[in-house]
Formats: sequence, structure tokens, C-alpha cells
Amino acid sequence: MSEAVSSLQSAEFEGLARVAEAGLQGMITLRGDLGARAVRAAVKAAFGVDVPDVNNVASAGHMGVCWMSPDELLLLCPHGEAEAKVAELGTALAKQHHLAVNVSDARAMFQVKGSGGREVLGKLCPLDFAPGKFEPGQIRRTRMAQVPAAVWMDGVDTFRVVCFRSMARYVFGALKAAADPASGVGVY
Amino acid sequence: MLILTCPYCGVDADETELTPGGEAHLTRHGPGSSDDDFHDYLFARDNPRGVHFERWRHTYGCGKWFHAARSTDTLEVFGTYPAQTTEPPKDICDKISGERPGWSWRIFG
Repeated sequence: MSEAVSSLQSAEFEGLARVAEAGLQGMITLRGDLGARAVRAAVKAAFGVDVPDVNNVASAGHMGVCWMSPDELLLLCPHGEAEAKVAELGTALAKQHHLAVNVSDARAMFQVKGSGGREVLGKLCPLDFAPGKFEPGQIRRTRMAQVPAAVWMDGVDTFRVVCFRSMARYVFGALKAAADPASGVGVY
Repeated sequence: MLILTCPYCGVDADETELTPGGEAHLTRHGPGSSDDDFHDYLFARDNPRGVHFERWRHTYGCGKWFHAARSTDTLEVFGTYPAQTTEPPKDICDKISGERPGWSWRIFG
């Protein structure tokens, strides 16, 4: 079997914030009725966290559950466990209309870390990153420069960005340009 | 710049996160309908100055289609509502009536 490689192999850039491709990350798209007891129980059993509220993220250790739309979740786990988790969900939801797909190698994840993180992302996305408006636990799917992306915060000053793998180089370039040390605006 | 609140995820979405879907509340006329009905369904669109009902899709966000009631002359947004309906909800019609007495749009108003 070929060796799994992340899109930009952990490329990094240090500027207003530290931008880094996050390396291999297990990601599973789950679509279905998020209000259904079976779906909520299956997610809880496999990932150890409850299905989060609208526009929220729940995480525990290496596991995470991101709300993506009224009928879609993005489930996070270590890269090597994704296939097993898909199988686990498939078994648990055998009688429930759903779709669970391992998208680990179809997405790319970035980490934007540092006090300038809010500003870096604020330059690229049409949403308010002011403290109090965007905080850990919240997630937004939005437009990053010209491509779709999902953004959430791991903790104070730490952002996660997920985009399509085919757009990883573009997103990394956009993040690097926004994090250029000479481009500080000082809004946040 | 237009900002619409997505009724599904509650996000105040910037226009650039959205895709316009044209006029709302169209009745589909497909196979078996008269040529006139089919022609109108395909091509005839209102282009009002003032109150208008439109379809929008939260493309870069949750991906859902929704409807918006807004004014084409002032860009005021009267409200947004889920697309699973054949007519605008009463509270939005009432709000428009309060601000634009005598408004009408196709059979509504």
C-alpha cells in the first residue's frame, strides 16, 4: 500500500501568525438526519462527543465533531483510524438513511497560530473575527479568498482551516500573503 | 453590499458567500403543459422596482437554498425564510405592508 502524504507535507510560514499545513488528519463526512437518535448515538459512541449545536464544534482529545450544515457533520480522528470509524458508523447506522465517507485525503487542513491569527483570517473571509464574535467552539463554513473553507478555533489564538485538497496550495498562498509581516493592519 | 441571514444556519452571510437563484415562488410547468405556460415558466420573469422575492443559495456556507424578500430600489431586506413553501410567510408580508403600504408582487401583497 502506498504511503499517505498530506497535500503540502506540513509546509510552514512565519509572519503575523504562524501558518502551517497540519499534516495527515482523519476526516469523515457524515450526512443524515442529525436530529435522529440513532445518528447522535452512533457519533457519540464512535467519537466520544455529542453532536454539536448549529455552527459549533465539539472535541475530545484527538476526536472532533464539526457542524457543517443542517444535515452534515465533519468528523475528525487520527488519520489511520478513519477507515475503521467509517466502518463503525456504517454498522451502527445500517438501518438509518445516511452517508459516511472517508474524505481524509480529499481535504487539507491548516493551522493558523498566533496573536495575528484573527487578522490573517479576517483579510480573507467575509466574517467578523473580533473577540467575542468568533471564539473557540464556533465553526463557520465560508469563502476564503476565492475558494470554500471551514474555519474554527482550537483555543485562544489557534485557528484550524479545512479546504479541498486540490485548493491547498492556493489557500496556503493566500494565508501566507495575508500573514506577510509587513501587512499588519491592527484591526483586532 | 447585500447581507442575508441564512434561515438554516442563522449566519449573516455576505453576498459573496451566496449564489443568486432568481425569482422565487415559480410554478413549474413541465411536460404536458401548454406552450404558453411552459414559455412563461422558462422565460417570463418579473423585474419590479421595489418589493421582490428571490431565491438564494448559501453556497459557501451550509449549502442550502432559501428565499429572501427585499427591495430592489433600496436594497432593504425584509426577511429570509426556508424554501419549503409556496408563498411568503405572513410575518414577512406584514412587515412589508407596514413599511410599503399597498405593495404587491405577482399574486401576493
